[in-house]
Amino acid sequence: MSGGVDSSVAAALLAEQGHDVIGLSMQLYDASGAEGRASFGSCCSIDDLHDARRVAAAIDIPHYVLNFERQFDEQVVSNFVQEYAAGRTPLPCAHCNSDLKFATLVERARGFGADAVATGHYARVERDAASGRFLLKRGVDPEKDQSYFLFSLTQDQLARAVFPVGDRPKDEVREYARRRRLPVADKPDSQEICFIPDHDYAAFVTARVPAAAREGAIVDEQGRVLGSHGGIHRFTVGQRKGLGLSTPAPMYVLELRPADQQVVVGPKTSLEQTTLTASGVNWILDEPVAPRTVTAQIRHRHRPALAIVRSLDGARAEVVFETPQIAITPGQAVVFYDGDVVVGGGWID
Amino acid sequence: MTRIYFDYNATTPVAPAVVDEVVRVTRDVFGNASSVHAFGQQAKTVVDAARSALAALLGADPSEVVFTSGGTEADNFAIRGAAEALEPAGRRHLIASAIEHEAVLNTLKALARRGWRTTLLRLDETGVVAPDRLREAITDDTALVSVMHANNEIGTIQPVAELAAIAHAHGALMHTDAVQSAGKIPVDVRALGVDLLSVSAHKFNGPKGAGALWIKRGTRMQPVMTGGKHERNRRAGTENVPALAGLGVAATLAAQKMSSEALRVAALRDRLEAGILRAVPGTAVNGARESRVPNTTNISFDHIEAESLLIALDLEGVAVSTGSACSSGTLEPSHVLRAMGLPPHRTQNSLRFSLGMFSNQEEVDRVIELMPRLVEKLRGLTRKPVVAGG
Repeated sequence: MSGGVDSSVAAALLAEQGHDVIGLSMQLYDASGAEGRASFGSCCSIDDLHDARRVAAAIDIPHYVLNFERQFDEQVVSNFVQEYAAGRTPLPCAHCNSDLKFATLVERARGFGADAVATGHYARVERDAASGRFLLKRGVDPEKDQSYFLFSLTQDQLARAVFPVGDRPKDEVREYARRRRLPVADKPDSQEICFIPDHDYAAFVTARVPAAAREGAIVDEQGRVLGSHGGIHRFTVGQRKGLGLSTPAPMYVLELRPADQQVVVGPKTSLEQTTLTASGVNWILDEPVAPRTVTAQIRHRHRPALAIVRSLDGARAEVVFETPQIAITPGQAVVFYDGDVVVGGGWID
Repeated sequence: MTRIYFDYNATTPVAPAVVDEVVRVTRDVFGNASSVHAFGQQAKTVVDAARSALAALLGADPSEVVFTSGGTEADNFAIRGAAEALEPAGRRHLIASAIEHEAVLNTLKALARRGWRTTLLRLDETGVVAPDRLREAITDDTALVSVMHANNEIGTIQPVAELAAIAHAHGALMHTDAVQSAGKIPVDVRALGVDLLSVSAHKFNGPKGAGALWIKRGTRMQPVMTGGKHERNRRAGTENVPALAGLGVAATLAAQKMSSEALRVAALRDRLEAGILRAVPGTAVNGARESRVPNTTNISFDHIEAESLLIALDLEGVAVSTGSACSSGTLEPSHVLRAMGLPPHRTQNSLRFSLGMFSNQEEVDRVIELMPRLVEKLRGLTRKPVVAGG
């Protein structure tokens, strides 16, 4: 229970259905800052935990805060800063799901006798009668669907996952929260990365990896120097703003080269690519023995596009799109769908 | 679900006679104890009766008792008040044990940021401060030594009288936080030989928001809470008359029942401890078993995350804690167990069971019966031994 409306409603729905529900919140980071320098009494994460506690009290379930600061730092935050420092654009929520929520948290919950762990994700899990496999499907609300962030769940993890709000649109979820008088019914949706409340990713990365702030050149596709920058971690593929260039036509970040600290820019047409390869691929449906037609989604807000995916050795895959895609970004996930069903996915190289 | 409360060191249920008195005073005695008129005099009488009752529990003179909002304020008052009073004499050094409550440790830290030198005394593995440690640390510019009478997490009783003699030999004041001992074991301010002693009502079946600092007559102190002339100019603020009335009743009850209750509760605690050690393999008691308050045991469970066991117990209706209530929810291993030099895994796999007034043998036996199943279940899921800081 994050203290948001989705996980609150998830808990309330299960309790109403008569399940024996235990509320768990994860304390993931200390937003109060260094001792003695904290802005007195302000801490967003504590407020959220407070909200979770109020909801648990309102629906009359026990509630516990589990401290996962160390695990979150090791499994999510470290990866996040390393990826940025290496010129990639990380997707920490997906790591948090597969490495923390549906791993460490599930293990803990089993210790308390829990059969499954429910979250407020907009996604659905179904068991395929024929194959016996657990299927991951998109949430019914296309605007809110979060299956993209869950592609790396294994069959064991899906078997213990429950998504009570996945078969409802968001407005229905809020309406339910209001009807049940949950104290978070009108709380705004959370935005961006939870552990960087001020959204200043670059400052966060340089605070952890000072070496990331190495200056370098902004070059065009021919290697001509157009300007300079304060570290490649400040950029992401497809970015247009904040380049500090005065060029006649708008320029976009095409590529980040960590080895020589270069940011390669070019016109929008150069952002188009038709193929990608992915690593750490997880197949939720059976791994295809032959190239398979799917729709592939390359970021959270990307409209999935027709593609052929081919499984490669070493949990890798090659994806060829029918039409060129804009800004295929290393570090993000590519997730393969068959209609609403997640076929699998991996990390873009 | 019938719940079992074994967390008396966090707080205690309020004794029925205390509830009655708090309600009566809240309803019938609303006057300000500083007022001249009859309403004020009535309130003043209630406060004075409470002062006498607490003084009797501590072997003190009522005029030496200064009421506070609780143990934390009393500890702050003792340290900050003594520090400020002794600073002009050139004393700029404070000593405490490493197992003090956060009220003491964080007050020392705050003063350290303002230039005070501070020294924390480490413990031996039984959880006791060896007097030689204090002899090594103390200097002639030490203003105050603060060592708790009984520890909140493991219950060990510290050699306060011996430490006080060392402090006094160097011209330093001696404070003891007796929040976990007052009402459980005899606390005699003269026998302890201290100058300052903190107590809190809600640890001995009194109400929350009421406590006291005992200040030996003639001790040089500065007030910390400044304002009106309450508490003989030592602690400003209108007295919390109903809570103090409750504190007084709780002190009287504790004094009357102490010898029988200490024996009864110790027998229950020993039964619980022996039962768990017998029923659950891979367990050990932390701290000296001879010299501790009668209600507390602190037990390590190998290959267990204490937080998980605490939750599993709570879901079965049994309330215990992993350390002090004030530090739960933090990842840090117990500073008390760490200061005793325990290996890291034992500082994160320990539970505190603390018993009291309403505890009984049926509850003890139910917890003993419950433990093996919960521990086995958690151990079965642990892929590898839990190693702190790994």
